[in-house]
Amino acid sequence: MQLITNKFLKERFALGKRDDDRDPMTYRDIKLTLNEIPNAEGSAIVEIGNTKVLTGVKVDLSEPMSDTPNDGNMTTSAELLPMADDNYDVGPPTPFGVELARVVDRAIRAAGVIDTEKLFIEEGKVWGVFVDMYILNNDGNLFDAGLLASVAALLSCKVPKYENETVIREAMGKLPTKNITTSCTFAKFADNLLLDPTANEEALAESRVTIGNDEEVIRSMQKGMSGSFSMKDLDQLIDVTFEKSKTLRQILKNNTGD
Amino acid sequence: MKGNIELIKDGKRLDGRLPGDLRDIKIKTNVVKNAQGSAYIEWGNNKIIAAIHGPNEALPRHTANPNKAVVKCRYMMAPFSSSEEHGRSGMNRRAVEISKVTGEVFENVILLDQFPGTEISIYIEVIQSDGGTRAAGITCAAVALAASGIPIKDLPFSVSAGKVGETVILDLNKIEDNYSDADMPVAVLPRTKEVVLLQMDGSLTKKQYTDAMALILESGKKISKIQRDALISQYSQ
Repeated sequence: MQLITNKFLKERFALGKRDDDRDPMTYRDIKLTLNEIPNAEGSAIVEIGNTKVLTGVKVDLSEPMSDTPNDGNMTTSAELLPMADDNYDVGPPTPFGVELARVVDRAIRAAGVIDTEKLFIEEGKVWGVFVDMYILNNDGNLFDAGLLASVAALLSCKVPKYENETVIREAMGKLPTKNITTSCTFAKFADNLLLDPTANEEALAESRVTIGNDEEVIRSMQKGMSGSFSMKDLDQLIDVTFEKSKTLRQILKNNTGD
Repeated sequence: MKGNIELIKDGKRLDGRLPGDLRDIKIKTNVVKNAQGSAYIEWGNNKIIAAIHGPNEALPRHTANPNKAVVKCRYMMAPFSSSEEHGRSGMNRRAVEISKVTGEVFENVILLDQFPGTEISIYIEVIQSDGGTRAAGITCAAVALAASGIPIKDLPFSVSAGKVGETVILDLNKIEDNYSDADMPVAVLPRTKEVVLLQMDGSLTKKQYTDAMALILESGKKISKIQRDALISQYSQ
């Protein structure tokens, strides 16, 4: 089946057309829904076309890392749910799942989204922020959807109170944040550069690159798949990222009031 | 700059290097006799062994591709390899990711369609680490692969660039990696200048990114020469 799809898509690419008739450098419709999971301290669902990612954030008592004794910490994971794609299976995380989680984790860390110094409680005790991405449906570009959902969930996240050695989850404060970041992912196929690839386009792509940024600087990058990018490609894609990220940041700001 | 360690003093780095300097690199081939090809690299204080096995029948069978060879890559750090506490043995999430992106580099350069149904295994074992092990591992594995005789279209090199304060630096060691403001490991095919590995985190302006890439390409000439000399010297002993 995939072979037939690939052949069809290749013929369309040759005519300059994408899987869904989009221009090469445009996103599908993006929808963000906040606080769908009231039991989590923060949550967000992001839909980019048919791709759907839910991020839930829990905040728990934790021990600081040995090299940052005064900072709270963050753990990021990605669950590629078997319901989300014919190709996903039950079992331990796949290398792709690990890559997705780590790329989103690095983007959040590098941009300094969480003000971790403010998550210090007392010596040996800090807040740990657990960011869990649930892939509910895969139609490509899980990197941008996952990061957008995770940052949105963090921006709307609450922190419990800690009094008399107990965690109180009523009347919580806001998670201290100090930056926002988004990413733009591109696929390359036969010299076509495509923003926001669908699953069909990813299946056909030779290479993929995700560029994370904030208003001023590049914060994170990750090239994936066995193909390559020329220096010129990367130059262009960085410029496109700075341009397109304005819309993504606006979606975050409109929804979270940050 | 993160933390309170002064990484650059009077224009020089803690180990005396200038911002654009590489550490010393030595490569030796055929260090693992049972492998199809192998190499050992000393890159500053990093010590890494890379070995290639195959092409062998792909096992388990369902992993085989009838049209081309599959690349199975494992990057791993020995539990005793870091200057800090004893590491956990086996693959952690970091190693899984590095193995994946490293394998993708070699899927790009090996002429896979010459060996359908087979697997080519690339093992990268870090026995002592001092920052930049993925780049050193790729540089070393490329030499091992060439030494194995498996046909490749180019000999990739890899090195990282980064930033301390507003200074762009090349080839970060462990302490620089820990306290720098950006780290960007890159692998390049020297003939075409195509980028086959790119990772980055921290903060870089577009200009700093361009400067970092320029340092990487320039240093690549030296790294490529060291790789080629290692391969030539295995036949001139």
